Amino acid sequence: MKLTIDRAALIRTLGHVQNVVERRNTIPILGNVLLSAEDGALKFAATDLDLEITETVSADIESGGSATAPAHTLYEIVRKLPEGAEVEISMTSGDPRLQIKAGRSQFSLPSLSPSDFPVLSAEGLSHDFKVEASELARLIDKTRFAISTEETRYYLNGIHLHAMEAEGASLLRAVATDGHRLALSETAMPDGASGMPAVIVPRKTVQEVRRLVDDADDEVEVSVSESKIRFQIGGATLTSKLIDGSFPDYERVIPRENDKRMTIENKVFANAVDRVATISVEKSRSIKLSLAEDTLTLAVNNPESGQATEELMVTYGFDAIDIGFNARYLLDVAGQIEGDTVDILFQDSASPALVKDSADEHALYVLMPLRV
Amino acid sequence: MDGFCRHCFADAPDGAARCPACGSPRLIRHSELHTLSIAHIDCDAFYASIEKRDNPELEGKPVIVGGGRRGVVSAACYVARTYGIHSAMPMFKALKACPHAIVIRPEGRKYSTEGKRIREMMQDVTPLVQPVSIDEAFLDLTGTHRLHGGSPALTLARLQKRIHQEVGVTVSIGLSHNKFLAKTASDLDKPHGFAIIGKAETLDFLADKPVGFVFGVGPSFAKKLERDGYRTLADIRRAGDKELAARYGESGLRLARLSRGEDTRAVNPERERKGVSSETTFNEDLSDLAALEDRLWPLCVKLADRAKVDNIAGQVVTLKLKRADHRIITRRRTLTAPTQLADALFRVGRELLKGEATGPRYRLIGIGISELGLSTGDAGDLFDDGALKRAAAERASDAARLKFGGDAVVKGRVLRSQNKP
Repeated sequence: MKLTIDRAALIRTLGHVQNVVERRNTIPILGNVLLSAEDGALKFAATDLDLEITETVSADIESGGSATAPAHTLYEIVRKLPEGAEVEISMTSGDPRLQIKAGRSQFSLPSLSPSDFPVLSAEGLSHDFKVEASELARLIDKTRFAISTEETRYYLNGIHLHAMEAEGASLLRAVATDGHRLALSETAMPDGASGMPAVIVPRKTVQEVRRLVDDADDEVEVSVSESKIRFQIGGATLTSKLIDGSFPDYERVIPRENDKRMTIENKVFANAVDRVATISVEKSRSIKLSLAEDTLTLAVNNPESGQATEELMVTYGFDAIDIGFNARYLLDVAGQIEGDTVDILFQDSASPALVKDSADEHALYVLMPLRV
Repeated sequence: MDGFCRHCFADAPDGAARCPACGSPRLIRHSELHTLSIAHIDCDAFYASIEKRDNPELEGKPVIVGGGRRGVVSAACYVARTYGIHSAMPMFKALKACPHAIVIRPEGRKYSTEGKRIREMMQDVTPLVQPVSIDEAFLDLTGTHRLHGGSPALTLARLQKRIHQEVGVTVSIGLSHNKFLAKTASDLDKPHGFAIIGKAETLDFLADKPVGFVFGVGPSFAKKLERDGYRTLADIRRAGDKELAARYGESGLRLARLSRGEDTRAVNPERERKGVSSETTFNEDLSDLAALEDRLWPLCVKLADRAKVDNIAGQVVTLKLKRADHRIITRRRTLTAPTQLADALFRVGRELLKGEATGPRYRLIGIGISELGLSTGDAGDLFDDGALKRAAAERASDAARLKFGGDAVVKGRVLRSQNKP
């Protein structure tokens, strides 16, 4: 194998694939990226056995073939090469090392046999659909912050993606929750998605898809089955196993009956929460919201670091309520609100609150209060 | 050379074997006596000393404080130590070495009350007291000379006498120019000792000490160092910082500094607690899940009680098990929100236990929390309607226990485990 490729194309592609490679591996080959040169193109592949990425870029191929090399090392090397460099990659039979040359720099890296490189089979993908890259980004951004990291409820460690009908409209909906908050975002059902299995896309896959979507500007092709999902984004193909579990009945916990509506300017709210929460440096930062007629008082009282309060003008015309929340959860939600104002609907101080975006009726958030 | 009498605090002239003022032989002399200010104070055989104080009949007899046939020695008095008994030794071994030793069940509350009294006395001489455990602390007396009308050494000697008179136990003091050496010094002259390691003698003092002498160098690291040709701290010093850093990274560099007696850690009274835990050793090995759960629950209550008193909550729960062959297994889980509730600890602990209670016999179970923060309230769970209710029930039961005593409200589970040996 021998080929030449310019640094810019190489770094961009390696940047995509090396993320999939775990820093620590018990199986050495999983630390490597697979390079296959053929017909004027260089194909990259990396996997952690649950998630696989392949991406093809054009390159000047002198002789075809394949090789593997430590992904992170290769990425670091290319990153440090001067801009505009031409990189020559070669592997000769008899020498177990991959040679990399650029200008006067020369590297040789240990290479493991390409035949040992695992390939994630992606047979039986039953449903295919296309979704706008920006729409996919929106679905992810508005939900991924609520993905759980708790291992006990592994089925919450991803985004629940599913097709559904609501009020006569066909929708593709994304939901994530960690039991303390829930985030929901939906989009019009893409052609072909109707009848797709309801799946749970693991967090790592979500992160990688989101990263790739940033570099893509058109449509993303999605193929899905009961056990796998595949995203084709630009030149990259991401194939992932799905979380094998059933997502809880989230509809049940969305408090549709909450009638005490508070409306406030989102930026004002977020800034005030952030300011007041400065006092609580702890991991779970509880903040008290006291609602009275057209007034919201935010308060943090921390026996060690002091206290803070701030009074805000709101639209509110119901009974007074005192309710505690994790400040970080409030900020996470506020960060996803597109509208100028946000509506928070309460029932009482012990029941979950519902948050709505004035500019996006296809997103909602549920926050469980803290009992303080 | 500067010196004074530890009994009456009068100056001790050079060459005198006894204090010219009171006749005591407890004289201390050192060329840096009045310039050093970092101290380590360690109570001598603390639990055993308290038991002896409270029961004069124990005077002169070997006393061991520790739990049960299967337990370990928590403290051994100096008489018991002459039989080779030391703390953390399994009880059966200790009793083999000294069959007539008097074994006393530890009474935690008594020791912590006395420990607190001693700590308050320490805090009377400096605000910079960093507790290491209930009976041990570092003190920084820098700048207290004028306040106490005497050098740190003199203040410490007075503190030592006060603790002896008012609490009735002896402490050993190490005085030096940093924590590492102060801790080393407090061990040199036990019991009721006062040892000094000055700046001038630091290098000589450390030179012939084995590498394992440095805290944090465990048996396996020591073995590795010895294999590489570093046996003593002098060997380490000869190798140089660069070589050690290259070979062992951060820990090599740390060792190189300590080998020269350099330790820049400040005496920090606010040193964060990393975790809290509670554990128990069984009289008979257990393998049954239900039996293990019965032992786990009271530990969760005990741990939760402590967390509630200190108003802390932990985000990581760790289950510890010790197999019959003494192998230790730990399993940890990170929670979405920190907790201090016995119910929440037990739920996680039980999940972790399920994975391990698959046949092997265990001799110990423990549960701990780490990643501590201030408690910020009980988090409800969207998919567990009972979470807030159970939290409220636990808070109500806590309130009742506070009002009517420790056993006023207990879960049925406790009654079940109490009927077992």
